[in-house]
Amino acid sequence: MIQATINQKPVTVPEGTSILQAARQVQVKIPTLCHHPDLPPTAACGICIVRIEGTKKMLRACCTPIENGMKIITHDPEIVEVRRTVLELILSNHPNDCLKCGRNQSCELQNLAADFGIREELFTKFIGGIPKDDSTNAFVIEPDKCIHCGRCIEICQEIQGVWALSFLGRGFNSRFAPAAGQKVGDSPCVVCGQCASHCPTGAIFEKDDTLKVWQELQNPDTFCVVQIAPVVRVAIGEAFGMPPGTNATGKLYTVLRRLGFNAVFDTSFAADVTINEEATEFVERFVNGKGPLPLITSCCPSWVIYLEKQVPDMVDYFSSCKSPQQISGLLTKTYYAEKMGIDPSKIVVVSIMPCTSKKTELTRTEEMFASGYQDVDYSLTTRELARMIKQTGKDFVNLPDSEPDHMLGDYTGAGVIFGTTGGVMEAALRSAYSFITGEKLGALEFEDIRGLKGVKELSVEIAGRRVNVAVAHGLGNVMSVLNRVREARAKGEPSPYDFIEVMACPGGCAGGGGQPYGVTDDIRAKRAQGLYQDDRDKQFRLSHENPYVQKLYAEFLGEPLSHKAHELLHTHYVKRMPG
Amino acid sequence: MSEKTVLLQDTTAGSTTGTSDFFGVFKAALRESDLADNVRLVRVADMGVYNQGVVMTILPENITYANVEAHDIKRIIGVTLKHGNPVKDLLYQPKFRQMRLVLKNCGRLDPGSIDDYIAADGYRALLKAVEQKTPDEVIAELKASGLRGRGGGGYSTGLKWQFTREAAGELKYVICNADEGDPGAYMDRSVLEGNPHSVIEGMLLAGYAIGSSQGFFYIRAEYPLAIERVQKALDQARERGLLGNHILGSDFSMDIEIRLGAGAFVCGEETALIASIEGKRGTPVPRPPYPSVRGLWGMPTCINNVETLANVAPILLHGADWFAGIGTQTSKGTKVFALTGKVRNSGLVEVPMGTTLREIVFDIGGGIASGRAFKAVQTGGPSGGVIPEKYLDTPVDYDNLQKLGSIMGSGGMIVMDECDCMVDIAKFYIKFCVDESCGKCAPCRIGGYQILNILEGITQGRGTLQDLDRLILIARAMKMGSLCGLGQTAANPVISTLAYFEDEYREHIVNRRCPARKCRALLEFNIIRHLCKKCGLCARACPEKAITGDREHGYSIDTEKCIHCGVCFDVCKFSAVERI
Repeated sequence: MIQATINQKPVTVPEGTSILQAARQVQVKIPTLCHHPDLPPTAACGICIVRIEGTKKMLRACCTPIENGMKIITHDPEIVEVRRTVLELILSNHPNDCLKCGRNQSCELQNLAADFGIREELFTKFIGGIPKDDSTNAFVIEPDKCIHCGRCIEICQEIQGVWALSFLGRGFNSRFAPAAGQKVGDSPCVVCGQCASHCPTGAIFEKDDTLKVWQELQNPDTFCVVQIAPVVRVAIGEAFGMPPGTNATGKLYTVLRRLGFNAVFDTSFAADVTINEEATEFVERFVNGKGPLPLITSCCPSWVIYLEKQVPDMVDYFSSCKSPQQISGLLTKTYYAEKMGIDPSKIVVVSIMPCTSKKTELTRTEEMFASGYQDVDYSLTTRELARMIKQTGKDFVNLPDSEPDHMLGDYTGAGVIFGTTGGVMEAALRSAYSFITGEKLGALEFEDIRGLKGVKELSVEIAGRRVNVAVAHGLGNVMSVLNRVREARAKGEPSPYDFIEVMACPGGCAGGGGQPYGVTDDIRAKRAQGLYQDDRDKQFRLSHENPYVQKLYAEFLGEPLSHKAHELLHTHYVKRMPG
Repeated sequence: MSEKTVLLQDTTAGSTTGTSDFFGVFKAALRESDLADNVRLVRVADMGVYNQGVVMTILPENITYANVEAHDIKRIIGVTLKHGNPVKDLLYQPKFRQMRLVLKNCGRLDPGSIDDYIAADGYRALLKAVEQKTPDEVIAELKASGLRGRGGGGYSTGLKWQFTREAAGELKYVICNADEGDPGAYMDRSVLEGNPHSVIEGMLLAGYAIGSSQGFFYIRAEYPLAIERVQKALDQARERGLLGNHILGSDFSMDIEIRLGAGAFVCGEETALIASIEGKRGTPVPRPPYPSVRGLWGMPTCINNVETLANVAPILLHGADWFAGIGTQTSKGTKVFALTGKVRNSGLVEVPMGTTLREIVFDIGGGIASGRAFKAVQTGGPSGGVIPEKYLDTPVDYDNLQKLGSIMGSGGMIVMDECDCMVDIAKFYIKFCVDESCGKCAPCRIGGYQILNILEGITQGRGTLQDLDRLILIARAMKMGSLCGLGQTAANPVISTLAYFEDEYREHIVNRRCPARKCRALLEFNIIRHLCKKCGLCARACPEKAITGDREHGYSIDTEKCIHCGVCFDVCKFSAVERI
């Protein structure tokens, strides 16, 4: 343990603790800007400087480990002056058009400027004038708003292993962009949106579709339907001051109806349908040898892009089953429209997703139009929905609970855990076990594939055969798993895994790129716990036991992997060259 | 007649003097006199004599001639080569004796010949170390010598080696930092060009001491001759068993390779240098961990500057006491400076630590070339500061220069006279740092740009007194808030010029006047009638047609139209255009 003092008060912390963390022990929150608790420090801004008592030298608190006997001063007039000057310098290189910025009131630079009482611009303003990049449907990049904290690059390169973003140029003209200055849409980017959810300012911001959705809601000729993704229910509360992981499902249904949606569905129901298809697909491959192993999950659109661009040799392992978002939209415009007698051309489907990538999935291939219309019309992130709710002044925290529209709204515990890493695998294994053995699993929880370890492995026995599975989240963790498959393939050995789940974002959808800001592993874990609690509370915890799913197959699809199911619920993938 | 050697100075700097032609002429003259077989004519790098035309030293007599012309060759052959007597009027006579440890053999031996180096006690220190000393004893010797890093930081070399030795790691690396980039500085280049083996020997000793088996030269790609000579020296050393496995028959094995820098100044900062070698963007990362603990590819790495490494072999050969006997209390040994600017004898000088600035500038440098008044000397490159006349008697060492608001740096020393504007000088250096900032951290990236903009305004006549407060604010934020040495010191030229020459700043701001008459926007131009020859050259050269008149009545400048470009002043052959 390290013994030191901060502002003359003793602290005792484990070795390797930064001055920033250690200061928390004496109730000091040193101001920071480039630092994000989810990422290793990039040490870019110089706001968090502190002084060693009795010396002139200043250190960055974020990246300097506190040492034995260190005497730290966290503020004195000179420290405050330097911090303030650095902040004013950053503001001189920032557009400061807060009123029309997406990050207004959620901007870390703005907060700091407020804390420091900045009232005028001390220095001449120099803005780069670099054009916006809106080459993807997921987010818009405004390089002029960038403060060079380096978080987006850190997460894109080191955590996600995608390397779409990097710093280009030098000095005052440096900027972040894909290599060679190409548009992000032409880069290896997988639009996971982790850059956007970690950006302290509005430099990377989700493409805001709320205005279009408002217009649809106000159009008397449309029938607006909404679906909410599993993990949105345990995260949106954060935008209204509720603790992470608080389950707000009932309030969400209520508020969406009050916003004007004609029907409120739950993507978790469609997740149950996905599991019926995907677990059956696994059984077909594993038991009946129809198709190669391992089967790899495909419900994460960023993962789909990554696989198509970066590991095209794995395309044949991919589950052909569509994602729950697409299945929900498709069923709305076919099954639901048919049953309710609504003209599908009048139906507008809006999805609320933890994700920026889902915006691009809407038009991924022509199979996303299997209903004869665009199956899902708009995809909003959790953050966008939170803004819509705030615009209407609805007191979200105190809203009463309500029920979804049952036909495509009732879900099982298996469907809702889709929202966290390991959840799809767990849900699939629960159903696959039943499909193979005809029996129900005794213990439904697979603890080995829960939690935030980057790669999780599990071997379970089903009908006398071992099923080996791997779960990876955070794209930077994927290649180690896939390389094991490649090695075995090259040697002509059986695959070390039979079934692989991949989610692009760290923590899976719980840490999705469209979720409320400030995510850390602690918050990811709490969101996941919220989902696991929802699972435990459910009467039905296996996807194929969902009575509405059973009804859907009986009345409309026939059985999993039927001809009709194939036509409507499945898709295909292409091998794309990297970048 | 005994064998003689003629050393002919041939450096990148010297090549402008036409030494190559001279070499051929001399060779032909030797053939004519039938001396071709008895006299060895060698092109050598850098003897430390500059602006003296063709320079040569004749051995064994050790006679140095300067300003030699082709027609002098006959006399040299007749008097010196045939009879061993000096040609008195050609003798080079330096005013102040330098003390050459690092540069001792630069210009004394053929940099392309390992035999020359070995003949001059080369690799004897290495032999002594691997045969007689443990690595710890080598480090103890270095520590006792008091050698401090010559790249600018001034950190104890022995301690650096000790930390790298003590750090845990499967592999350890030695890096020679040859990314010399200060404007006007070329000490390291000269050592690499003139005596590459001395640096290689230093690296091998470092490798032996810390337990490394792989070294890297990080040389900037703009030094092609240095790269060529180091590569040749490495090849020769490898052939002789001085690199590779079981060096000199011992258990010590090490190899050295060259890595080229792409020209970014910040890559001289050690963490950025490591990133560059690893193939990453050359930006600094926070320290600690220091490279001695976690450096290249995560392994303990010892990074030393060229000049530091060149000091190592002599220390081990002659002992720590000998080295510690040179210099001042806190700074031992000698320092090489690149003396440039308005000084009469510009060039590399090597003096013991503790030599005063006055001795360097006036005794060695010969004072101001133009005869104008001395104004200041700038040390430490873009990280340093200016030192005015009143501190010229300060003995130069790490600590004294720091007290004066400058630094030793890598050894750049630029002399300025009364025609140099201090605001303009500060602007020059901050412009350099703005160009060379990597852009990673805010104080340096934006602060430097803002300072440049403010100084630009002051030199253009747009300055305000509030600008001085802003300069101080930004300079302090850069010093305290920047991540690496480049940003922390980038404002030093501004801080020191403001400290010593604030009046000059105020003159620019309050009276819109540049006392050094350097800032053209602040100058008024006028044609002095009685000196004007009415040639009309100025009128033709004026880009704004602001000069009117004819060859009969003479010319005058319309101050309304004048854009202060100064072309008229530059083109007038009769000094008839004055700057006010």
